[in-house]
Amino acid sequence: MPEKTRIRPPIIELASTRTKEFLREKEAMFWVFGFPLILALALGFAFREKPPDRVPIAVVAGPNAQQRLAALRKSSTLLPRVMNEQEARDALRRGKVSLLIAESAESAGSDTIVYRFDATRPDALSARQAADDALQTAAGRRDVVVSREERVHEQGARYIDFLIPGLLGMNLMGTGMWSMGFTIANARMKKLLKRLVATPMRKTDYLMAMFLSRLIWLIVEISVLVAFGWIVFGVRVNGSIVVLALLCIVGGYAFSGIGLLTASRAKSIEAVSGLMNLIMMPMWLCSGVFFSYERFPDSVKPFIRILPLTLLNDALRAVINDAAGIPQIAFQLGILAVWGIVTFVIGLKIFRWQ
Amino acid sequence: MPDVISCRNLRKYYSGVKAVDGLDLSVENGECFGLLGPNGAGKTTTIEILEGLTSPDSGDVEILGLTWRKNERQLRERIGISLQETQLTEKLTVFETLRLFRSFYRSGADPEDLLRDLSLDEKHDARVGKLSGGQRQRLAVACALVGNPDVLFLDEPTTGLDPQSRLQLWDIVQRFRQKGGTVLLTTHYMEEAQRLCDRVAIVDHGHLIALGTPADLIAKLQARNVIEFTSEPRLEQEAVQAIDGCAGVTAHRDGWQIRVHSLAEAVPQLIGAVERQGAKLVSLSTHEATLEDLFVSLTGRELRDA
Repeated sequence: MPEKTRIRPPIIELASTRTKEFLREKEAMFWVFGFPLILALALGFAFREKPPDRVPIAVVAGPNAQQRLAALRKSSTLLPRVMNEQEARDALRRGKVSLLIAESAESAGSDTIVYRFDATRPDALSARQAADDALQTAAGRRDVVVSREERVHEQGARYIDFLIPGLLGMNLMGTGMWSMGFTIANARMKKLLKRLVATPMRKTDYLMAMFLSRLIWLIVEISVLVAFGWIVFGVRVNGSIVVLALLCIVGGYAFSGIGLLTASRAKSIEAVSGLMNLIMMPMWLCSGVFFSYERFPDSVKPFIRILPLTLLNDALRAVINDAAGIPQIAFQLGILAVWGIVTFVIGLKIFRWQ
Repeated sequence: MPDVISCRNLRKYYSGVKAVDGLDLSVENGECFGLLGPNGAGKTTTIEILEGLTSPDSGDVEILGLTWRKNERQLRERIGISLQETQLTEKLTVFETLRLFRSFYRSGADPEDLLRDLSLDEKHDARVGKLSGGQRQRLAVACALVGNPDVLFLDEPTTGLDPQSRLQLWDIVQRFRQKGGTVLLTTHYMEEAQRLCDRVAIVDHGHLIALGTPADLIAKLQARNVIEFTSEPRLEQEAVQAIDGCAGVTAHRDGWQIRVHSLAEAVPQLIGAVERQGAKLVSLSTHEATLEDLFVSLTGRELRDA
């Protein structure tokens, strides 16, 4: 007589079959783990640390040209070249050089230096400043106050430090929404949802089980990305790991709720894909994944700030880079939780089981 | 003994199409009841209303003396359902799938035992995606049986299956009945209805057009045999009807289908009639009358391509 099968509660059965199903889906594994790592690696190398480019400037040929050239070469930010008058003017006009240093023809014999540049070009102003400093120093100027340079390379202030939390947020959004949206639309299309509601299964068990199985993957997913950032790019988590985990879980669930709402009526994978992209696209662009949303006009910033991905990214950066604790990210946590709960409740209410 | 399944004056219209149009049915305890009809006759809509998955526009449904509105959870514990086209999760194994369904019920069969009963124990650890059509269908029925239901609903359980798989499925249904279970199934296979069902309701365009035991229904034809023949040129209908013992004539492909009492009597007469008209017999075949012939006689159309 074989041993009787142990029957676990439906929510455990649903969560464990859901997890197994995902484990056996190789493509899904790639999009959750492989893709973000490749993206982080590519972007991390593209924006890695390197010395600032030197600004090309033109020195018009003349009696003082060689002397000036030697002085300018001492500047670490300039790339001076001697050109004749016409060449230099063309180069400036075409943007090949940012600054033109002319001989002063009018006041013959004088050493007046003439800088010619377009003041709307940001590097022109700094080039003018650097060139003037170099030439004045060469001419014997002494600084009144001693100054010293300190270059910022601090961990927490590099582009990669900005990027990794953004990618983490983006990944939580993508996997949270897709894992709900795709699974639900697929099950509906294959009439699996209909078959399930033909049993005594509780409908909330089904959805809660999806959340539960999501939790397992959420933890794995975050660990992989954070560990990757840490090992490959030295992006350390300056804040508490517990706070980070809590934030990721709240954020992940907010997106699961949004995913549930998105997929609550859709009858096909195509329909749900379109909706998902429609919802995620503005957040990819505005929520500060790759660049700060501070560049957007002040009038739209309040709206951008309450988008779920912006909330999550801001809070992730606060925890990872600035060692923020719960009180500092309470606003983001609170609004994210509201997003999750409201979308889940509405999604459940209008859910189409057949 | 009250009926296990009963419905009165069931109506369901889909954007002007009358899928179910005033249907009354009652199924007794321990009975196997067949809903028979062509595709689009409203069989699936009817069974899904009875299963509590579709709500009717009007009419009342009672299952085991309970109603869907008041006793849904209680009813779900006591009935088992196999839908027409459920694709169970392909990445799960047979056993995992059945154990999942078992978890939804308060009490029920042991998944291992059930797999053995349904000859699926060899496929215990096989992925659902790798199963044959017959094995998938058996698994679907296993999922319906895993809660030890009193009533089993099967929507087209053998459509698209090979003959051997069909026999295996019939066997499962018969064993369920031997244990006292009540079955309601839909089919468009006459043979299936004749073999499995105690009573059959023939539906067309959402209407009940005949109801009774398969034998009673066939008796309604007042003919035991059916002759199908074609001739060149085709005979006039009057000439065919004039044959002694002809209980009915229906156009069939290029020729005629005649329902008769006795082949021995009718066939010589038929050949005589063909000769008298100076026509040539192209084909002639005979078979015992079936439910299919009843459907043809009632609607003038054939079941499968109606």
